[in-house]
Amino acid sequence: MLNVHKLEVAYGGINAVKGIDLTVGRGELVALIGANGAGKTSTLKALCGLLKPKAGRIDYDGSEVTGKPAYHLVRRGLAMVPEGRGMFPRLTVAENLAMGAYIHTDAAAVARDFERAYALFPRLAERRTQLAGTLSGGEQQMLAISRALMCRPRLLLLDEPSMGLAPLMVQKIFEIVRTVAAEGVTMLLVEQNAKLALETCNRGYVMESGTIVLADAAKALLSSPQVRHAYLGE
Amino acid sequence: MEIFAQQIVNGLVLGSIYALVALGYTMVYGILGLINFAHGDITMIGALVSLTIIQLLAAAGVPVPLVLMLAVSGAIIVCTILGVSIERVAYRPLRRAPRLAPLITAIGVSILLQYSAALIWGKQYISMPEIMAPASVTLFGAQLTGLQVAIFTLACLIMAGLLWFIKASRMGRAMRATEQNPDVAGLMGVNTDTVIAFTFVLGSAIGAIAGLMIVLYYGLGHYFMGFMLGLKAFTAAVLGGIGNVAGAVLGGLLLGIIESLAAGYIGDLTGGVLGSNYRDIFAFLVLVLVLVLRPSGLLGQHSGDRA
Repeated sequence: MLNVHKLEVAYGGINAVKGIDLTVGRGELVALIGANGAGKTSTLKALCGLLKPKAGRIDYDGSEVTGKPAYHLVRRGLAMVPEGRGMFPRLTVAENLAMGAYIHTDAAAVARDFERAYALFPRLAERRTQLAGTLSGGEQQMLAISRALMCRPRLLLLDEPSMGLAPLMVQKIFEIVRTVAAEGVTMLLVEQNAKLALETCNRGYVMESGTIVLADAAKALLSSPQVRHAYLGE
Repeated sequence: MEIFAQQIVNGLVLGSIYALVALGYTMVYGILGLINFAHGDITMIGALVSLTIIQLLAAAGVPVPLVLMLAVSGAIIVCTILGVSIERVAYRPLRRAPRLAPLITAIGVSILLQYSAALIWGKQYISMPEIMAPASVTLFGAQLTGLQVAIFTLACLIMAGLLWFIKASRMGRAMRATEQNPDVAGLMGVNTDTVIAFTFVLGSAIGAIAGLMIVLYYGLGHYFMGFMLGLKAFTAAVLGGIGNVAGAVLGGLLLGIIESLAAGYIGDLTGGVLGSNYRDIFAFLVLVLVLVLRPSGLLGQHSGDRA
């Protein structure tokens, strides 16, 4: 579904991503792990169209999309939950969700999507008229994920969904990730919480200073001494 | 008491025009963080275009309502094309440049518009032909002309319509989203370039209408009229809290009232040393006071940003 070939991304004058290859098959749940500053976020930003790649090629769903803007890609079913949750702080919860449905104009279907979002996270239903900027971190993450689902994505990119959240909330968020994956949405998950990410996903890539150093099935990575030492603190 | 009522009425009418122009400043500031100093001059172009249309058509004996309709349409078309072109040519290439660059560019565009207008219309004052009989009614001791009522009513309708549009429409929501987080708005499928261009369309069209109102109200037009008008409207936007649309409405009306009251009483207060032509002092005194005491303006955003 997603094919990345020799992707290079420069960000603020430095080469953040130095020629990586990466694939995500239809229905797969793939993790991209690595330390801070390894280039994970820059990779995602290039994939969803927020950053123009310096070199390389990205194919999505059968055609080349290298350098296509984000507003174009989301119409083709590629959505992203950005790092730091990307709230519209002075829009209400309901308005944030409505922005997620921006590309959809069929009112009845959008109304069903709203119901589904509120059923998935009843907390959001309680707070639907509250400004997003006043929500807690965990609530904002719930909103960010539901908002991305309002786009009806076929490929969902998630950037650090566990960042800054309490352990209980992290469990809850990963539960949702598994639920969404079970519904057939393909996902690429960037995480610093390597253990949880690899336990959740089918396959994983390990990134270090702009290159991919390991690629394998998630189970294999979990038991690899290199990963255990560097990312699982063992 | 009669002076007071009269000045309040005059202030509301003048203030509603300031508010319309202030909307253009505040919307562009909200979405780009740019003070579009050329906006006052867009309004001036709207004023002079409608003046020219009125002069030509009134001389040809076209009925007054039709003259006004054509004048406002002509002004809106010219100003909208101008506003969008300026954004495309002068501001968009500088979107990611340091903030000072587009600001200086805006001042450059402002001067360009002024002297282009001077070339087209000349540097002398242009006066309005008399097209309407000055009818008036008396209310609480204040004289209200039909024109004043019409300007104030139309301005209020435009402002209410705009507030509703931004609050409730899909495009309005996209404008607010782009303002708060342009990258994420893009992730939601919003083409932010289109939204920004649309913001210029709205601001310029409303500025064009304000331009027509001014030539009708004062009966005069001049290539430099956009300068002072722009500064006043900018002051109104800052007073209400720049970036805040309701604030621009409030700021405009308040500034109009302050200025009119000042013009009405300044002679008495200073024993005749200063006349009403010193009214502009008050507008800028307001600007200085707001910047010192409450820089975020009356309705300025104390945002709940935690993201």
